[in-house]
Amino acid sequence: MTIERESERVQTQPAVVVTRVGDPLPDPGLPEHHPRPTDVDPAAEKRAERQVATMFVLSMVCTVLFVVSYVTLEVGDNWDTFLNYGASNLALGMSLGGALLFLGIGIIQWARKLMGDHEIVEMRHAAASSDEDREVTIDAFNQGVDESGIARRPLIRNTLLGALGLVGVAPIIALRDLGPLPGDTLYSTLWTRGMRLVRDVVGRPIRPEELEIGDLVNGAPSILFETDENGEPLVEGVELQIAKSKSTIIVVRMEPDEITHGPGREDWTVDGICAYSKICTHVGCPISLYEKTTHNVLCPCHQSTFDLADSARVVFGPAARPLPQLPIMVDAEGYLVAQADFDEPVGPSFWERDSE
Amino acid sequence: MSQTEQTPLTAAVADTNATRASTARKPGRTAALASWTDERVGLAGLMKKNLRKVFPDHWSFMLGEIALWSFVVLLLTGVFLTFWFVPSMGEVHYHGSYDQMRGIAMSEAYASSLNISFDVRAGLLMRQMHHWAAMIFIASMMIHMMRVAFTGAYRKPRELNWVIGCLLLLLGTLEGFTGYSLPDDLLSGTGVRAADGFVKSIPVVGTYISFFLFGGEFPGESIIPRLFTIHVLLIPGLLLALIAAHMLLLVYHKHTQWPGPGRTNENVVGYPMLPVYAAKAGGFFFIVFGVTAIMGALLTINPVWKFGPYDPSKVTAGSQPDWYMGWPDGALRIMPGWETHAFGHTISWNVMLPIIILPGLAFTVLLLMPFIESWITQDKREHHLLQRPRNAPTRTAFMVALMTFYGLMWAAGGNDIIAIKFGLSINQITYFMRGAVFIGPVIAFFIARRWCISLQRHDETKLLHGYETGVIMRSPEGEYSEKHLPLSEAKAYTLTARDREESLALQADTDENGVAAPGGARRLRVRLSELMFADNIQKPTAQELEEAHHHAGFLGHGHNGHGELNGHGISNGHGESPAQTDPGELSAKSDTTD
Repeated sequence: MTIERESERVQTQPAVVVTRVGDPLPDPGLPEHHPRPTDVDPAAEKRAERQVATMFVLSMVCTVLFVVSYVTLEVGDNWDTFLNYGASNLALGMSLGGALLFLGIGIIQWARKLMGDHEIVEMRHAAASSDEDREVTIDAFNQGVDESGIARRPLIRNTLLGALGLVGVAPIIALRDLGPLPGDTLYSTLWTRGMRLVRDVVGRPIRPEELEIGDLVNGAPSILFETDENGEPLVEGVELQIAKSKSTIIVVRMEPDEITHGPGREDWTVDGICAYSKICTHVGCPISLYEKTTHNVLCPCHQSTFDLADSARVVFGPAARPLPQLPIMVDAEGYLVAQADFDEPVGPSFWERDSE
Repeated sequence: MSQTEQTPLTAAVADTNATRASTARKPGRTAALASWTDERVGLAGLMKKNLRKVFPDHWSFMLGEIALWSFVVLLLTGVFLTFWFVPSMGEVHYHGSYDQMRGIAMSEAYASSLNISFDVRAGLLMRQMHHWAAMIFIASMMIHMMRVAFTGAYRKPRELNWVIGCLLLLLGTLEGFTGYSLPDDLLSGTGVRAADGFVKSIPVVGTYISFFLFGGEFPGESIIPRLFTIHVLLIPGLLLALIAAHMLLLVYHKHTQWPGPGRTNENVVGYPMLPVYAAKAGGFFFIVFGVTAIMGALLTINPVWKFGPYDPSKVTAGSQPDWYMGWPDGALRIMPGWETHAFGHTISWNVMLPIIILPGLAFTVLLLMPFIESWITQDKREHHLLQRPRNAPTRTAFMVALMTFYGLMWAAGGNDIIAIKFGLSINQITYFMRGAVFIGPVIAFFIARRWCISLQRHDETKLLHGYETGVIMRSPEGEYSEKHLPLSEAKAYTLTARDREESLALQADTDENGVAAPGGARRLRVRLSELMFADNIQKPTAQELEEAHHHAGFLGHGHNGHGELNGHGISNGHGESPAQTDPGELSAKSDTTD
């Protein structure tokens, strides 16, 4: 066996040693092949064989364990029973991982220890086709073009190009019904004059005296919680989601003399209570982090910061416009209500928006 | 076991790519099946070259393989998930096993994600494996791409494969985004909401695209089913086609290899596809799969049950996209709030620049790298030998600059987390990042370029004066010096197996036809080429080597082919400086000991 390997080694030597011009040193050629212990020592070879087979057996054991875990372990309630891991997930994952890993390690061990480890040499060829192939191809192409007569019949060629270009319009037109046109929908929300401000989860209307100085509550228009005569919600499903994405507000109370009213907004607040859109004017995340002492509210997505005491002016971050302010007043029963809808679109900017 | 007989047989298979079929001597069922197939599809013709196709070995060639296998894992686990996932935004009340969510209204998509996590056996495992495999897929593609760029593997004839690879990275990222948006949880819904803002920032058509994408106003009820179709059909189809093209080109070009003794630009040296590479690659697939399974078992990822269903009025602090979307998110965070209001229209530079234009620009730069490089170098040769990063200092430095830019942007994408964890001011971090993303890459470029050139000098020193042995010698005059010995023939050859570069300025001012090239572009090219190559250290000439070795007393090196690494200087303890040793004696000794 050793003799046989010796002869192979000779074969792997490159036939020609090429020295390129400008190379300071000649190419010494491929190094000689050193046999591995498994090539020359039958005991090592046997051992490697056993190692590989052991890996495959362990893989089988793991697959059996996978089946056992699948059948015996429940998911659901006990998803964090074992070391805060779901017992089922842990057992299934570890046994599947073991089954696959042992299989992979066994195969690679087999390749490294027992399969032939003689490096062989293959010559490269240029990526380009041969000149002859190119010529034949060009001839064939020209012949084909010539026989089609496309060059001689410009009328056909031009109308064909026109038709091909135009037919692409069909699928584009067919996509028209993907959605309605924007129209004016972005310019209005559900807020109307007299609509109550309610707390966002429970839907309870807000009285000014409930709010302490420094409080911030998340609010919504009361219509989101109203039902019709059959007890069905007035706004539900998609409509509700859209309404939430536009009409959500924050209601905040501060010392009235701390507020710098915007021009024309002097009567938009009630005893230091202001309401602003909760939707960030940057890309539309609901803003949420309020710092009482500075009256700043921060958007957790990209950290735009707005000063609620100063018409929600941008004091930091990538947003370009203040949060829209909702003008509020108190109704006859003493609850906070809107004076009107926002006077500008809420949320991120868009091309058609007139922001001046 | 039959392996016992097969082992010597396998080892004794011809070690050249002979034209005869290696299965010829094995009659029986396999042969019958092979000839049945051959009579129908011409199997032998397809296989004769490829069964023993040579693949060179190097750890860095596995990176792309990780990407390939993690994609297979994604396909397998993804198919499993589609059996239970309901891509619908229809509202349902949850009644599954997870206590905290019972009775809560949510979309069917979110409810079915909870169902997969808590009521389908192995469902959570598959979800976590799918998400981890996606992370590994994109990470390994990126690292593979860096390997290809750093080693110059994208040079001719592999430019198109680089382009395909870039497209794969882009599509992989989009695939990731559409995938993690599907569960319709609060975190991913916030991401989709932001995406709506991104789309709306596109001038003229943005609002329309948004309405067509969402089927009306955000969030509508169409986005999840549409993202689902894009995620499981459209992008995977494109990925599959591009991966197939990527692999076919790889096979056609044959893999690049590192230079070394016997490894030239004209050949490829390595193990044959059958059996060694098939076994190693196949085994590696199981290892990638197995590692993913263990990650799915031990490492919680995207616990959507903790986030709750999507509600457009809610958000959590520390909302972040998956890491591969982090760098444009960082750009978005540090961008000043610029908007232009004119003629009744709004242009949101603060959104459009960082999230629409910047990624497109970065992608274009990446895509064009091999073309820009070959335009500057005017190098039209095929390159199959890889370059060490140090031997292309400008390219390496450019890549490092890109990586620095990416890393800083990525860090900016976590500015809130950095502020909290390190107790810093988020404002100051943001202001710092605004400057750092421009200055950092420039600094990194110059450091990396100088570093490369220093390493080139180090290589040159080793070639000319030998390596440092650590043996301190004292001359008869009492002078101390360290003994240097010449590199082994193989090492020395490997260090010199690279091209000698010439900047265009050194060449004639005319093109290959003897015509002066047009002014502006040519001058720019010459200037760039000077910048690119001027400071590089070129490998020594044969004469320089000879002289330096003569000076150092390494006579005979590179000619007799051996005997320079026998360590006599170290072991014999004579302590002569090499200059004083009789070179003839040294080589005579080495000949006898060998």
